[in-house]
Amino acid sequence: MAQMLKVDALNVWFGEAHERVDAVKSASFTVAKGESFGLVGESGSGKSTILRAITGLAGSWSGRIEVAGEAVHGRHRSRAFHKTVQMVFQDPYASLHPRHSVDRVLSETLHLQGMDQIDARITRLLDSVGLGKGFRFRYPHQLSGGQRQRVAIARALAAEPQLLLLDEPTSALDVSVQAEILNLLSDLRKERGLTFVMVSHDLAVVAHMCDRLAVMRGGEVVEEMPQASLRAGAATSDYARNLLAASESYRREPV
Amino acid sequence: MSAPLLSVRNLRVSFPTRSGTFEAVRGVSFDLGRERLGVVGESGSGKSMTGRAILGLVRPPGKVSADRLDLNGETILNLPERRMRALRGARISMVMQDPKFSLNPVMTVGQQIMEAYRLHSGQGGKAAREKALEMLSAVQIRDPERVFDAYPHEVSGGMGQRIMIAMMLAPDPEILIADEPTSALDVSVRNEVLRIMDKLVTERGMGLIFVSHDLNLVAQFCDRVLIMYAGQVVEEIAAKDLHQARHPYTQGLLESLPRLDHPVERLAVLQRQDSWRNDVKGA
Amino acid sequence: MTEMTTRAWLLTDAPQTRRQARLGAIYQGWLTFRANRLAMFGLAILILLVLMAIFAPWLSPQSPFAQNLAERLKPPSAAHWLGTDALGRDILSRLIHGSRITLFIVGTVALIAPVIGLFVGTVAGFAGGWVDQVLMRITDIFLAFPKLILALAFVAALGPGIGNAVLALAITSWPPYARLARAETLTIRHADYIAAARLQGAGPLRLLIGHVWPLCVSSLIVRVALDMAGIILSAAGLGFLGLGAQPPMPEWGAMISDGRTYILDFWWVAAVPGMAIFIVSLAFNLLGDGLRDVLDPKGAKE
Repeated sequence: MAQMLKVDALNVWFGEAHERVDAVKSASFTVAKGESFGLVGESGSGKSTILRAITGLAGSWSGRIEVAGEAVHGRHRSRAFHKTVQMVFQDPYASLHPRHSVDRVLSETLHLQGMDQIDARITRLLDSVGLGKGFRFRYPHQLSGGQRQRVAIARALAAEPQLLLLDEPTSALDVSVQAEILNLLSDLRKERGLTFVMVSHDLAVVAHMCDRLAVMRGGEVVEEMPQASLRAGAATSDYARNLLAASESYRREPV
Repeated sequence: MSAPLLSVRNLRVSFPTRSGTFEAVRGVSFDLGRERLGVVGESGSGKSMTGRAILGLVRPPGKVSADRLDLNGETILNLPERRMRALRGARISMVMQDPKFSLNPVMTVGQQIMEAYRLHSGQGGKAAREKALEMLSAVQIRDPERVFDAYPHEVSGGMGQRIMIAMMLAPDPEILIADEPTSALDVSVRNEVLRIMDKLVTERGMGLIFVSHDLNLVAQFCDRVLIMYAGQVVEEIAAKDLHQARHPYTQGLLESLPRLDHPVERLAVLQRQDSWRNDVKGA
Repeated sequence: MTEMTTRAWLLTDAPQTRRQARLGAIYQGWLTFRANRLAMFGLAILILLVLMAIFAPWLSPQSPFAQNLAERLKPPSAAHWLGTDALGRDILSRLIHGSRITLFIVGTVALIAPVIGLFVGTVAGFAGGWVDQVLMRITDIFLAFPKLILALAFVAALGPGIGNAVLALAITSWPPYARLARAETLTIRHADYIAAARLQGAGPLRLLIGHVWPLCVSSLIVRVALDMAGIILSAAGLGFLGLGAQPPMPEWGAMISDGRTYILDFWWVAAVPGMAIFIVSLAFNLLGDGLRDVLDPKGAKE
């Protein structure tokens, strides 16, 4: 099967010398084309940092990152990269420019991606994320959290990418809205044959969305497992097992 | 059940806006005994505003009204700020979502707990110090002496939340209102914090109002649950029966959650109905 | 849309066209501004000032330069509503014509200083590293001198005159704007929406102009409006010291300076332009306060 993303012995760190903080330590995993891969772990485990390192947004890194067979270097990313890889951020309240209307966001994006027929494309993009024409000229403050996240997804789709990086795309949303957004993402993946890499702390969400996942702790990948093992609670490492048990439920101590 | 600790009837919170009055809470009624009462709902359902209204923390131009808002038989509705301040902390406490914003960054943890305690008990410094250390160990902080002298930025999020709880519990309040106390925490830490609150409720006979958006957590942690929608309580149900909830809104919320033990192709999407706005429990 | 009122059309949450969206946003801002009565008062005064400047030749009863030594230092009367000065010139006429100079100073400084500040501050904040270091040290050098002293030095070097005074004021008043713009940029720089635009391949220039500037501009506008009073006073100070407007120009600061010799016996000569400066400064302050309600991004969320 063709490989979409390969991360090999990835180290990411912030600061230098004695201030150096290692956020990711020799993480390796591969994601096949069309697959949906999850990264789970607690806060500070480095899961989001991996996504940011792939896109050139974070820190200094060493190791190897390959996207669709092409290795990337440093923090600069080529035009082709931006057409292949896009990202949806965690907080839809922070990922849309407060002074830019939906129209401005999408037309600028399409323009940057060198697309033609921008007007028609905006209509189609809004349609595909379940927002009608009526949303086109709204500003972020006129949208709900779920609608904002739909706009952010439309922006990511504008480039017609193959790999979508999802950084906790629903953790800032209400559960009913979360269901709508997750359904939308599943549909889009099916329609467009997208590859997903999804970061989340919610194991149930990852189990719903991903075929395979990696459990991270303190910057390291502790364990990789298929969805079925996650659902069965069959982790091999102690840490992953405890994490699964803890998120399963809160149990009252016998009095 | 004996006389309730807190009795609320027809609580309303409204804010004037450009296009008329917006009612954030529209007639909420409940009694709180020595129990864990969960209040769940989505953002904008008025669940947090209910907690704030009880504590007298609704800022002008917001207005609070109620037919009854009694703490142990005494009314606490719209008390003057000075009397409310004496009440807050001493008899009703609140734990907020993010400890980072609730702790004073330039005071040590110990000083803050001592201050909270001395303000309400009038005890001397020595007694306050002992109480503070005792509270820190009560929330299962292993090295209370060290944490006592630490500044808030030197402790982790879970530790910070435990410190907040210690601070809120130092004056022995009758009621604790916890507004999403664990949503900023990782699951392993979350369970520890819950366990501590749980123990305090059972051992001290405190009443706990647990405001949360997490239905499963509330079902497991609380005794009784109020489900809020658009400023009203649409359903009240024993926590253990939550999964047999009758109101379509509650059912819809539960179904929209992905579950580990129950794979589905598509998640059920909640279809909101306008009529829910006027559904009041029991009606 | 036919049965909709203009107000509903403007306030809708679902605008149909780009134009409606933009007008709606402006109208929302206007409603917020209008709710601040003091700001409206400030705005009214400033509109009057602008009208006064435009129609100065028609409004002023006499020429601001016409001397009449027989009528010198007359108190306010029916013939001269605000009295006459040491050369017998009508103070009201001078005041009315002086509003043009005041507006010229205010307008020019407001156009130059914040633009320099915005440019320096956002570039420094956005680029970081050594660019930031160099630009901010230059800013610090300017900030290290008291503003008026620095302006004096510039005017002394360039030669006295209203144009040079304005230039000196503009050159000395940009550093605080640069600091403000840099601080704003630092908070914006790591925002997710900047990261998202970067992921679309947006270059630094586009990010700076299209994304960072719109957010910095609003706080700068507020700051400029609040600083206007200080600029008017500085200009008046330069005029008072004889380094700004040259006689016989009816600049308000220079008028105070002329009147100070007679302040005990003929108080109106200095007091009237003083009051004018006071009122206009106050108006700008009130306006700035109202603009803050409208433009503060934190307030705009509601």
